[in-house]
Amino acid sequence: MSITEILFYAFSGVLLVSAIGVITARNPVHAALFLVFSFFNSAVLWILLEAEFLAIVLVLVYVGAVMVLFLFVVMMLDIKVAEVREGFTRYAPLGILIALIVVAEIGSVVYVKTLGQEVTPVTQVAAEAGYSNTGALGELLYTKYLYPFELAAVILLLAIVAAIVLTMRRRAGLKQQDVGAQVSVRAKDRIRVVKMPPVIEAGEKQS
Amino acid sequence: MISLNFVLMLAGILFALSVAGIFLNRKNVILLLMCIELMLLAVNFNFIAFARQLGDLGGQVFVFFILTVAAAESAIGLAILVVLFRERKSINVEQLDTMKG
Repeated sequence: MSITEILFYAFSGVLLVSAIGVITARNPVHAALFLVFSFFNSAVLWILLEAEFLAIVLVLVYVGAVMVLFLFVVMMLDIKVAEVREGFTRYAPLGILIALIVVAEIGSVVYVKTLGQEVTPVTQVAAEAGYSNTGALGELLYTKYLYPFELAAVILLLAIVAAIVLTMRRRAGLKQQDVGAQVSVRAKDRIRVVKMPPVIEAGEKQS
Repeated sequence: MISLNFVLMLAGILFALSVAGIFLNRKNVILLLMCIELMLLAVNFNFIAFARQLGDLGGQVFVFFILTVAAAESAIGLAILVVLFRERKSINVEQLDTMKG
């Protein structure tokens, strides 16, 4: 057993334990922190599975952005833990039963497809010295998958717009500029030229 | 060498755990969103395992897109959650029965 395998088994064990922590934690903050932990373990496993770029993306995007957003929302909302926890044990047997069925189904399919033999990569060649996972992925993204890549950018833009529109609150008495009124204004609306006859005071004589 | 079977079973167990989590925490919307994130992670494991098995980087590109969509989904989901809490002062799923569904 190589060191890679030992590390992989160890980190998958930790991953499963932290996933159990996510679904059973009493406090939502603890659940979010367990989820951060399981994302870190997944990143380690992805590095061992030779997906280095995605592992870094998982840590940066998921742990750095999405989970911080989760924690922010969890701490901002005042959740009554006791209220949302009631009925926890009532549905536990059904949940565990369904989880066991899912595991049994996936296990049987994996076993039948491979007939119990250990499948290791056959097509894999040892990566040459200058190989970069990031470079290879980038080459593929900007040539073959360019159109889906741009669609992904549009989806992210949509998410930004949707999140801002959903959470924006209109307060009463807020002073705003009206762009349409500003553009359609004419000069005569702003300046009024008044003709006045000159008034000469009695005291100041013109010399 | 890490075998494909092991990674597939790991992803399957992770997926089953998140399904069980949806049943256990069926009143807390935040926990439901977290379980969905965990499910997407389990699916990504399958893609990466097969990308390595077949020597095809297309699987990793797909994981990239799944991460993008999942980030967008959780951002919009949390925004909806904030608006919901502002309206109802509660995130209990069972009270969200205005539409009598």
